[in-house]
Amino acid sequence: MKKLKILFFSLFFILIQSVSYSLIEVDISRGNLNPLPISVSPLFADKKSNNLLKNDLKIENLGLKIADVIENNLEQTGLFNTLSREAFLQKPDIAHLKPRFEDWALIKSQALITGKITYKDEKLKVEFRLWDVLAGREMLALAFTTVPNNWRRIGHIISDKIYERLTGEKGYFDTRIIYVAEAGPKTQRVKKLAIMDQDGFNTKYLTLGNELVLTPRFNPTNQMVTYLSYFKNLPRVYLLDIETGMQEVVGDFPGMTFAPRFSPDGKKIIMSFAKDGNSDIYTMNLENRIVERITNHPSIDTSPSFSPDGKYITFNSDRSGFQQIYVMKSDGSSVRRISFGRGLYGTPVWSPRGDLIAFTKLHKGKFYIGVMRVDGSGERLLTENYYQEAPSWSPNGRVLIFYRETKTDSEGKGFSAKLWSIDLTGYNERKVETLTDASDPSWSSLLSN
Amino acid sequence: MILNKIYKNAFLVVILGLLLSACATQKKASIGQMQGDVYTGTDTVEYLADGVADRVFFATNESVLTTASRDTLRKQAAWMRKNSSVTVVLEGHADERGTREYNLALGERRANAAKDYLMTYGISANRISVISYGKERPVDSGSNPLAWSKNRRSVTVKAN
Repeated sequence: MKKLKILFFSLFFILIQSVSYSLIEVDISRGNLNPLPISVSPLFADKKSNNLLKNDLKIENLGLKIADVIENNLEQTGLFNTLSREAFLQKPDIAHLKPRFEDWALIKSQALITGKITYKDEKLKVEFRLWDVLAGREMLALAFTTVPNNWRRIGHIISDKIYERLTGEKGYFDTRIIYVAEAGPKTQRVKKLAIMDQDGFNTKYLTLGNELVLTPRFNPTNQMVTYLSYFKNLPRVYLLDIETGMQEVVGDFPGMTFAPRFSPDGKKIIMSFAKDGNSDIYTMNLENRIVERITNHPSIDTSPSFSPDGKYITFNSDRSGFQQIYVMKSDGSSVRRISFGRGLYGTPVWSPRGDLIAFTKLHKGKFYIGVMRVDGSGERLLTENYYQEAPSWSPNGRVLIFYRETKTDSEGKGFSAKLWSIDLTGYNERKVETLTDASDPSWSSLLSN
Repeated sequence: MILNKIYKNAFLVVILGLLLSACATQKKASIGQMQGDVYTGTDTVEYLADGVADRVFFATNESVLTTASRDTLRKQAAWMRKNSSVTVVLEGHADERGTREYNLALGERRANAAKDYLMTYGISANRISVISYGKERPVDSGSNPLAWSKNRRSVTVKAN
């Protein structure tokens, strides 16, 4: 956790586009059935840099490794078809200077990424260029300087720049996922807080597994996490500083607090407090410690989530007799139910773009991840399974990550919990690889902007 | 719609009953029963004292105490009156067929239903604490209606 420092890097333009037009464009508003063919040429490193990196840092073929990070990120979106390097006709160093576009067009590549790395004075400089093959033009060129151990992040930042240039929307690659790592039999699961890069690398555990932990969520700057811990058998919402490892209980409630999230400005934690069989929603201001009661109803009110402008809260309540989704003003007034479809609805979470609410739905023994507009209209179910829940949005609001549990066999064996992601369009469902079983994922915002 | 649900549940129970009797004859083991979808068997039940069962079971999404549950809790209250130094923790649980956060609230609601009943039979609130585990601590790891019925429970645990 101490290692998750705000990482040092600098960014400057080495070339500024003289004309701003784009010829290739990737439409991400529909399920992309024709992914854009793209070639990621390995980044070229001169001999001296390569030797130094190998001797000093035991890193070999760094240019290739960074290209792998970029290629994997692009491939995972489902929007790009990354072409096999075996088909490449041009060497990385020459291609980076001036691609022979006919060679790339020949292998049906429409876009090309080239790059170069230099290692000097313990600093790593990474340059890359994005080319439009058919138009025979450069679309983007950037360079970054960083400490060499930061190379995976540079790969992610480059991926974000490419995604943004080609889709017109911010990327989500330089991000992390916080989740609950699980192990052991279903009746005695051991759970730990874990954090990893969005592509599954650099996993770190933030708790030891001595007590049950659930539902971690990042604050907007990704330095703090709020989660539920059963420390000393008292289930309470905690606040954890990822960098220092310092933890504290949130508020002084005489009973269970749970289902925490940060407000979009990071100043408050919103959560449920259960007392005498009734759960209501509260906020606590982290600066002045003032606790406010937001709902006051004899039903269960839980899973609160703020709208990105902080003006509204969506939450889960069974005040109608069954679990449904509601929206209210952030002071608790103007409560209205928005879910009216068949079945039960839970875990509403507001999109970072503000226009949609993602949810879990239980209907006829199946669990669905879906989205609806904030007035409850336009419900769309994206994926169906035996058990899945708790969607969390990518920072650009295009992808949802959630967890899925398997049915056990007749002997009660074969249980597993895994993270999955799916595009907002309902396409591109993918398993997110984790070192252990995993649940309760929460996506960070972009680490760099 | 609710009627439909009831019919459907009743249908499931019948089917399940058939399945269970088939299983039971095969395995030659008692694996308990359900009424509606409330567990009525004794498979997982432990005893606080002779004849004083430690747990009560609930229907799906419900926290209403059944006649059998009230009977169990009256016995627990009598036992607690006799053993006036005993304090207890009521552990509320839900099955795996619900979202995690809602189930935490539901477990708390179930344990409190049991607590309220113990209190009406003369047990002081300061002898009873409540904790919800939601769906985190099932007793039966099965993915079937019988396993779920065993997991929807409030367990009275001696705390001292």
